[in-house]
Formats: sequence, structure tokens, C-alpha cells
Amino acid sequence: MNPYLPVLIVLLLGVGLGGILSGLAHFAGPRKPNRIKEEPYECGVPIVGEKDKMSVKFYLTAILFILFDIETVFLYLWAITFRDLGWFGIAEIIVFLIVLFGGYIYVVKRGALEWD
Amino acid sequence: MGLNELIALLSSDTAIQIIASVVKILIILVLCLQVPPLMVWAERRAPAMMQRRKGPNRVGLFKFRLYGLLQSAADAIKLIFKEEVVPRGANKVVYHIAPIFGVFTALVVACAIPYGNDLTVFGQKISLSPIRLDVGFLFIFAISSLAVYAVTLAGWASNNKYSLLGSLRASAQMISYEIPLGMSLIPLVVIFGTLDLNKMVIAQSAYPWSWGIVKAPISFLLFLVCMFAETNRAPFDLAEGESELVAGFHTEFNSAKFAAFFLSEYVAMFVLSALAATVFFGGWQTPFIPYDTLLGLVGGMEWLAALAGFICLIIKAAFFLWVYIWVRWTLPRFRYDQLMSLGWKFMLPVGLVNLLVTTLVVAFIEHAGRN
Repeated sequence: MNPYLPVLIVLLLGVGLGGILSGLAHFAGPRKPNRIKEEPYECGVPIVGEKDKMSVKFYLTAILFILFDIETVFLYLWAITFRDLGWFGIAEIIVFLIVLFGGYIYVVKRGALEWD
Repeated sequence: MGLNELIALLSSDTAIQIIASVVKILIILVLCLQVPPLMVWAERRAPAMMQRRKGPNRVGLFKFRLYGLLQSAADAIKLIFKEEVVPRGANKVVYHIAPIFGVFTALVVACAIPYGNDLTVFGQKISLSPIRLDVGFLFIFAISSLAVYAVTLAGWASNNKYSLLGSLRASAQMISYEIPLGMSLIPLVVIFGTLDLNKMVIAQSAYPWSWGIVKAPISFLLFLVCMFAETNRAPFDLAEGESELVAGFHTEFNSAKFAAFFLSEYVAMFVLSALAATVFFGGWQTPFIPYDTLLGLVGGMEWLAALAGFICLIIKAAFFLWVYIWVRWTLPRFRYDQLMSLGWKFMLPVGLVNLLVTTLVVAFIEHAGRN
């Protein structure tokens, strides 16, 4: 049997179960909407200001995450073939890590990780 | 189609495997749904115990109070029969999808944990994890990363400034700690030489001195911190920060949708606890009793040995779930810049150095062993 068949079953069941769970109240609960009730809850204070403003820091974090996460995935692939590659593989990965670390130090020095 | 043909079809190898995997998946899903109510109960009773008060102790079955165990069941029923209020201006589609994302990622990852050694049923080898892949590790990371979407979409869709702030904080935190989480487990892949979780458990053997925690203690510490950060639990619960952000990303979610977020949070905690037990504490291995000896002890009955292993895994995972509660009521919350600099400036470099040192040590030991 293809080992990915259970994955498909689990994905379908997971989405189904999640849908049923979060949809339950839609059918089981009462439904009496009114204007005040549907207002976004911001501590009972009249809503002021714009919503869609966010700090650019979050974008920077996301970009750095993508960079470093790809390195992590790459390291996994190296880690399982580590025994077959021998000392050559180790030397290569040390070079790789030094380059990665160089980039990391640049990011720190530019202050990309400061939050204040 | 005649009856004989149907029986022949059902008893074919593929059919047995498919039926077995559906049964396994259903069992694990049902078991996972039991975790949140129990954890909610524990999370109310434990702080009550620590703070010398009683906590919920009334709701029970008929005359038996059961230490208030059914309080969480009562809460769940209450939530289901509540009115569902969708805030005005919310993005309807995304608002309805977000909780599904949360539940689905948590449940799918729970199916990839090995709950026992392979069983032989009707002459077929059946593995006790519903999803058994050679790349189990990568699968777990791939799916559990999707949990970020639930948080981001929920906060963005609900047209509320507090929600948006909470979800931004939470998603930045979750992605930041995913890197050290990944880094912390690479040394174990190097040591055990496999991405298959079941093989990793077998390689750890029943003796605690060959478990992952002894072989890679730094990895364990990094993983432990990341466990808290990934599930947005105290001391890293800035996403919720109830004193400043109401409830963070799920402020606008009520009734069953709120229950769904609750459920996914607790299942995710269980999954990470089980993963920690699997990778660092020998998974389903019974301490000091190797699987073959155990099989001899129970008279060769594989299912009994598997049950013992399963109970061992659950006990190990339950310990980590207890640590979650314990830490929550012990440590104060971090400040946001402290949280981010801990992740990026401390854990990431430590993870890299840890990987390098582990690799060199393993390489030298194996090199010495070969000569």
C-alpha cells in the first residue's frame, strides 16, 4: 500500500472534523443578530483609527524566517546522508554553516532583530 | 458481486491495510479529542491547588462529583449551544476557515506519532502510527507549520484591532521559534541516522542512558523552550496577553469556533509533548525492559506489549503536559523584545553550534570505531 494513502485519509478526516466542530453552533445555537451585538469588541469603546496598519518589523521577521527555515530544511537532508558523505560532507557543511553565520552576523549588525 | 468475492476482496492484503489504517486514524482522532477536556480540567485544578483554593469541584455525574471532572464537558456543551456572532466587516470566508485550519493541523500531526511497535494482525505487519512515512519528521514540521495560518487568518479576518495585533505577534513568534525548533532536532537525526520516528524510537532502546536526552541534552533544552513558544503558552503567551489584548487573535471568535481554537491549542500541546517523549525519552519503549523481553514477559502476546508501550508513551507525554501547566503558573510573561531576542539572538546561534559540535563528536566516535 502506498504510505501516502493514510495521509490523504487523515487530511480529509481532519478537515471534515474541523468543519463539523467549528460549524456546530451555526446549527445548534440561536440566531438573533442586531447592530450592537455585531460590533467588533474593542473594550466597549467606540471604534477609532484604521485597522490595517502594522509595523514593518513583522515583514522583516517573515523574510528572515523564510531564509533561515530553508537552511533548516536543507540541513535535514544533509543530516540523513551524513554517514554516506563522510568527512567531505562534514567539511562542506562547516563551510555552509560559516557562510550562513556570516549572513546571520550581518543581519544582527544591521539591527534587523532589534525591537524597540 | 457475490458474498464470496466480497470476502476475498476484503481479506486481500491491501484491503486489510486500508481498513487498518482507517481504524487507527479514527482511534487516534477520538483519543485526541479527549485531551482538551482533561487538560482544561487539570489547568483549573492545578492552579487552584497551587493557590490554595478549590477550583471547579461541583459538576459531576448524578451524585458523584468526580472532582469537577465534567466541568469541561459542561463548558463544551454550553459553547456549542451558544449563539454564533460574526462581527460586522469580518471577512466571512476566512473567518470560517481559520478555526478549521487550527483543528486540522493539530489532528493530522497527532496521527504521525508512533504509538507502538509494529503489530502482526492476520499475517500483516501493521504499524501503530496512523501515518508511517520515511520522512515522518519532515511531515510533522511541514504540517505543524500550517498552524501559523490559523492564527494569522483568524486575527486578520475578524476586523478587530486587538485581534490583528495579537495575531501579528503570535505569527511572528511562531515562525521565529520554528527555526530553533527545527535546528534543535537535527542533531538527533545525525545521531540516529533516520527521519522515521519509529526507527528513532527503536534506536533509542529501552535504557534511559541511550535516550535522546542523554545524547543531545542541549537539543532537549532548546526544544523545551520552543514547545512553549510554538503553542503560545506562558511564559510566551504575548499573543493572548489578556491584560492588554483582550484575548488576542480569537477575541472575535465565540461559541463552537472558540471551542475549536481551544481544542486545537490543547491538541497541539499534546502533540509536541508526545514528540518530545518520542524523540528524547524513548517514545513507547518501556524503561529498562527491552521490547523482546517484554514480549516474553507477557507470553508473546504482541497486543499486550503494544498496550504497555502505548501507556508508557502517554505517561511520558502527560508529564510534559503537566510541565506546561506548572510553568504557566510559575513564570511571569516575557516582554516582546525579550522574546524575539531570545529566539533570534540566543537560541538560533546555540542551535547551530550545538549541531556542529554534535556532528563532529559523532563523526569522531564513528571514525574511531571503524579503525
